[in-house]
Amino acid sequence: MTRPELLRVEGVTKAYPGVVANSDVSFAISEGEIHALLGENGAGKSTLVKMIYGLVKPDSGRMTLRGAAYTPAEPRAARASGVAMVFQHFSLFEALNVAENVALGMENPPPMKELASRIRQVSADYGLPLDPNRMVGDLSAGERQRVEIVRCLLQDPKLLIMDEPTSVLTPQEVEILFRTLRQLSAEGTAILYISHKLEEIRTLCDEATILRRGKVVATCTPRDRSAREMAELMIGATLTPPERAGGTKGATALEVVDLSVASPIPFGTSLKNVSFRVAKGEVLGIAGVAGNGQDELLLALSGEVRAAQGAVKIDGAGVGHTGPNDRRALGLVAAPEERLGHAAAPDMSLVENALLSGALRKGLTTRGFIDWTATEAFAAGIVKDFDVRTPGTHVAARALSGGNLQKFVVGRELSQTPSVIVINQPTWGVDAAAAASIRQAILDRAAGGAAVVVISQDLDELLEIADTFAALNEGRLTQPRPVAGLTIDEIGLMMGGAHGMEVAHHGH
Amino acid sequence: MLRLEKRPSPSRFWQGATPVLAVVLTMIAGGLMFAALGKNPFEAIRTIFWDPLFNAQFASYSRPQLLVKAGPLILIAIGLSLGFRAGIWNIGAEGQYIMGALFGAGVGLAFYPADHWFIFPLMVVAGAFGGWIWAMIPAVLKTKFNTNEILVSLLMVYIAQNFLSSMSLGLLRNPEGGGFPGSRNLSQYPAASNPELIAGTGLHWGVIAAFMAVIAAYILLQRHILGFHIKLAGQAPRAARYAGVNPTGLVVLCMGISGALAGLAGLFEVSGPAGQISIDFNVGYGFTAIIVAFLGRLNPIGILLAGLLMALTYIGGELAQFMLGLPAAAIQAFQGMLLFFLLAVDLLSNYRIRFATKKEAL
Repeated sequence: MTRPELLRVEGVTKAYPGVVANSDVSFAISEGEIHALLGENGAGKSTLVKMIYGLVKPDSGRMTLRGAAYTPAEPRAARASGVAMVFQHFSLFEALNVAENVALGMENPPPMKELASRIRQVSADYGLPLDPNRMVGDLSAGERQRVEIVRCLLQDPKLLIMDEPTSVLTPQEVEILFRTLRQLSAEGTAILYISHKLEEIRTLCDEATILRRGKVVATCTPRDRSAREMAELMIGATLTPPERAGGTKGATALEVVDLSVASPIPFGTSLKNVSFRVAKGEVLGIAGVAGNGQDELLLALSGEVRAAQGAVKIDGAGVGHTGPNDRRALGLVAAPEERLGHAAAPDMSLVENALLSGALRKGLTTRGFIDWTATEAFAAGIVKDFDVRTPGTHVAARALSGGNLQKFVVGRELSQTPSVIVINQPTWGVDAAAAASIRQAILDRAAGGAAVVVISQDLDELLEIADTFAALNEGRLTQPRPVAGLTIDEIGLMMGGAHGMEVAHHGH
Repeated sequence: MLRLEKRPSPSRFWQGATPVLAVVLTMIAGGLMFAALGKNPFEAIRTIFWDPLFNAQFASYSRPQLLVKAGPLILIAIGLSLGFRAGIWNIGAEGQYIMGALFGAGVGLAFYPADHWFIFPLMVVAGAFGGWIWAMIPAVLKTKFNTNEILVSLLMVYIAQNFLSSMSLGLLRNPEGGGFPGSRNLSQYPAASNPELIAGTGLHWGVIAAFMAVIAAYILLQRHILGFHIKLAGQAPRAARYAGVNPTGLVVLCMGISGALAGLAGLFEVSGPAGQISIDFNVGYGFTAIIVAFLGRLNPIGILLAGLLMALTYIGGELAQFMLGLPAAAIQAFQGMLLFFLLAVDLLSNYRIRFATKKEAL
């Protein structure tokens, strides 16, 4: 079937200081086509769609929309030409209701009553149940995304851009979203779908353009390729999946009993009666949609947030009331999700950042005086062992790319001979090859007898490395279950299902 | 078109070069201002920067003044810089300086006219304690009730000033002073005085304390984990908590150190150059030290140099006022320019300037 061409991008280049984000990128989308833009973090996907949406101006190259030159000066112009975009991070006001939020994004919003009925209409037509009168603050992440999508659909777009839409969704919610996208496609709306989740792209997309380091390296029909083939196109190398040594489980190393703490983060999620235990050599994977208490759990385990003494036990000793360094002394290391500003100080050098959490366990101070030679050696060791790409250990942490800093932070924690490891989002923003080596390093530590808690929003990652699996949902943790034998449906239900809304979807 | 581009790492060259550039720019802009006022700019600049130190006629008086004025500025600024690095803003050093002087002088005068070797050391301890306790008030209010230490420490200055007036009119007034406000002159009470140690240099115990503070702060910030934690807390508070820094402890520590050093500066001033407690004993060292701390980029060596430079502009400014008839406001504007240029060119250590041509492909 041949459909008329909608958008063509030809030879587009965009450079930022020190990096060429897009270099001579060309591709085309037909009407009604679901086109995947595939690539690792930093491959240039975001820059490319920002140019299409009028947020960034290309340095050179040209774009045509239905054959006519297309040069959107700003998003408003892009929207007027029928291009709409759903961002990965929502721009919604929690204290306003759905209809008010939608009205804020429109050029000429109709009266509220009329708008509310149009929202009901669109949400019913596309199987995206949404009550226009509910407060956004009360909605789940999946529902918030629907607000954004409905806002776009009200403009009757010809091209809908979606940036990593499934990272905040449970498997059931992903199903609902895909049905909606297929329906839109059948009606002639083209969809530009950005993701690095290969299985999703194989089920959903008609065509894929693969970017690597700002260049188009391949185009393919995802259905005809295996996920592994596409991953290798994406990273330009062969992948070695991590090996798990089926080690024996020892005594309980970390035990959490009825842990409840209030969130120190505004609009955060408090932990409610969280209990689990992790044995030596065991990897516990904790899944959950973002914002369900993952950050708080890491803070409570690392000691940055204090709880009752008996709520957290390391090797049987109650440490819930102690701070990070007391827990480090007992062998617990923690790697927070946010690298710049939390796990590392942006303006400090890698050497200073090595000292930040390594001072105690690596014995880098004597009576408080810092042994800079030993600290430099520690930092250099991390850079070498974890393949951190940097001109040297003297550079500021902020000068490293996100993935390299992540390797440094995870490497710093894993290099401290820990007996308990807690990591939030270990491979977030890291390229596939580095992710594999980080996972391998975690599994190696577990094989060496460490108890590991991995908090992640990447289900594939958890299923790959975890022995037991639990999910956080609104600050509550499900009963941990062995990974072996879990189905994706069961996992989805543990993560909170589709928040009770899957039945509302109609057949089309 | 000029464009600023953030450097990946701060430039070491510009961190060192910006203060020099700022002084040069101040001389140029100040010279233009002096010329506009109808004075010879070269003569004015020479009078401010050169004559106090090397002019045969004035140097014998003004050269010792350099250390006398720079000593308290450096001592206070070193203490403040530790807190500023950690993001703890003690603006009330002036009050802590006054309280240090009152506590120290009070202890000394309580022994009058006894002669014991321990009186002066005891006064030093009392002076540090006076500044420390005055700084603890905003510190405890901040840690217990989350009040703003900028406001509280600043308001405590005015309380201290009133306390100073009431003391010089009441409890500490010289009984043999014929009813004039002000205490006995400590420089005439050898057991409690802080004399010039080497004649003609202005060097007194306070200056030695300032030099020791510079060295101690340098070692603390470069070599000690506590100094590392202070820097970390200022740059990345969440990372500091992750590293195990106790924010409450850090507030108490930094406020305490800066208070104690300001108190010491007050004690050395009252027992030495000033000689007595009087209504107008304080001359703004506590506030000027804030400028010195930033002028020295919160770096101990920088503060040492900035303190000397600031003292020089004060002495030279006075000289220019009475030699050339420059208005006092012009001297203050000149000092203001110095701070302005320093903060402005500071940009260069984190950004580079690019001369970009505007080009648009589409």
